[in-house]
Amino acid sequence: MRALWTVFRKELLENARDRRTLFSALVFGPLLGPLLFGVMVSRIVAEDAGSARQSVSLAVVHGERAPDLLAYLTAAGARLQRAPFGERAARSAVERGRAGVVLIVPRDYPRRFEHGEPARVLLVADSADNATRGDAARAGAMLQAYASAIAQLRLQVRGVDPLIAAPVTIDSIDVASASARAVSLIGLMTYFVLFAVLMGGLYFAIDATAGERERGSLEALLMVPIARGALVGGKILATSASMAASLAICLAAFLGVLHLLPLERLGMRSDFGPLMALEFFAICVPFVPVGAALMTFVASFTRSYREAQSYVAAVLLVPTLPIAFASIYSLRASPAWMVVPSLSQHLLMTSLLESRPIGALDLVVSAASSLLLALVLFVFTQRQWRRETMLG
Amino acid sequence: MIEARGLCKRFGAIDAVREISFVAGDGRITGLLGPNGAGKSTCLRLIGGVLAPDRGEARIDGIDVGGEASAARARLGALPHAAGLYGHLTGRENIAYFGALHRIPAARIGREIDRWRERLGMADFLDRPAKSYSQGQRVKVALARALVHEPRNLVLDEPTNGLDVMAIRALRGVLAELRTEGRCILFSSHVMQEVSALCDRIVIIGGGRVLADDTPAALRVRSGTTTLEEAFLRILADGEREDEAPLGEGAA
Repeated sequence: MRALWTVFRKELLENARDRRTLFSALVFGPLLGPLLFGVMVSRIVAEDAGSARQSVSLAVVHGERAPDLLAYLTAAGARLQRAPFGERAARSAVERGRAGVVLIVPRDYPRRFEHGEPARVLLVADSADNATRGDAARAGAMLQAYASAIAQLRLQVRGVDPLIAAPVTIDSIDVASASARAVSLIGLMTYFVLFAVLMGGLYFAIDATAGERERGSLEALLMVPIARGALVGGKILATSASMAASLAICLAAFLGVLHLLPLERLGMRSDFGPLMALEFFAICVPFVPVGAALMTFVASFTRSYREAQSYVAAVLLVPTLPIAFASIYSLRASPAWMVVPSLSQHLLMTSLLESRPIGALDLVVSAASSLLLALVLFVFTQRQWRRETMLG
Repeated sequence: MIEARGLCKRFGAIDAVREISFVAGDGRITGLLGPNGAGKSTCLRLIGGVLAPDRGEARIDGIDVGGEASAARARLGALPHAAGLYGHLTGRENIAYFGALHRIPAARIGREIDRWRERLGMADFLDRPAKSYSQGQRVKVALARALVHEPRNLVLDEPTNGLDVMAIRALRGVLAELRTEGRCILFSSHVMQEVSALCDRIVIIGGGRVLADDTPAALRVRSGTTTLEEAFLRILADGEREDEAPLGEGAA
């Protein structure tokens, strides 16, 4: 135990003096997620606010042929401009992105409108263009509204009740967009938390194994009369300590970011307070030794720092797989899923964020399965360190 | 005292060490001399216990390295081929770390480090981060690290590699002092002058086998040469002929 403590202290001291390790473990790793999350959420909020304005920009060709229609559109909130091109050039102008949505009033519009025949207008838009798709849809809806208003007037003029032309009315209430976004955002947040956990130990794990070998200090170390278990254990423990610190910093940053963001406008609950941050910490702490042992194990096979970096960085992808799996199959927390580390943590955190209750059994199984996997990985790593090939 | 008894080690198809036996006595400096790839490092790693022999055994003060690894290792100080230090730690911290791993009380580690600081002339740099060290400074700290637990036996794998003349001189002086303290010193080298200047006994290794094991003077007499260098080359050439002979028979 004393040897384990000695190794632990030395690894902490050494890495604490390494600026690159410190930056990645305590700044980049834990803060990247919350900052990215903050930027993404504020952009989505801004977009939603934009669509809420319901205003439409339209370039109009030959608007003088339909003054009533233009007056209606302006009254409905559309911003109209005279298009700087003619009918023929409209299509290519939209294609090249020089114009957003173009309304063309053909030559025969006034005559047909006057005679009560269907009067055609053309709406040119690019449906693949995210920026103008909303405008096109809203312009279409406005034109539809104008058409039915005219139809009602004509029926009234002919003495027919306009209601007869509306046998069914549909009121659709769309709740999907906001909550769907909220769900994917939650997945993102739990991923960032697990990412911070792993980043917190990335360079620790590399330095303690491949770094030891690359510096040439490994052989002298292996000749010291201490158990390999104490050596590997001390290294994994030091990596774990850094990861726990990174987790704490990440959660604190999320507290700040979520406090500043207007999440309610997205239909997300913002009750991620200090208490929930502590609960997140408790949920994720059993995952810490899993990541530490896994990265140490992987790095034990590599010959150099550079090699270790590429292999251990691949380990950072590990938490994404269960989260992707969980969102594809819309998994909810259940004891069966709790045996899968990283998936269990993701599901438990998601439950908390969606204010669904968490079963005590789920918590216990999640923690126990994670710690068990960590132990298995530790045993494998220790075995690898006993092998002669460790020297390289 | 370090004993090698019939050590054998294979790596895949290569016989790195074949039946190596010798004794490095207390109060003596024993040199393992051989060309590159002769099996010197493998031999020292078998003695240090980081490699396990396929056959044979290594003993340190009579203790089997394979059987009682901890007890044997506690009596051995090692300066491996790549005597790397932790760059972000100071020389003092590097030495103290190994002292602590040897379970030596902190107060005694401090005293030992101070003693070696004076003896090896490390006062200027001992408290600076090791990444700023020159090769000579690195070797001094690594030597102190190998000696911090006061081992009776010391193995050094090509310790003078990359050192300038001054540093080699200083190292020789220290090794000579350690010998007068009655320690057993075993070091490997492919540099003739070094071995002839220091060693009481020379074990010449070639192709993983012991080709000669004698005092420098006796080696010169035995090979009928006047300088040790000629003796070394003669013995190596004889060794190669012996190696090839059985192959020739097999082919015929």
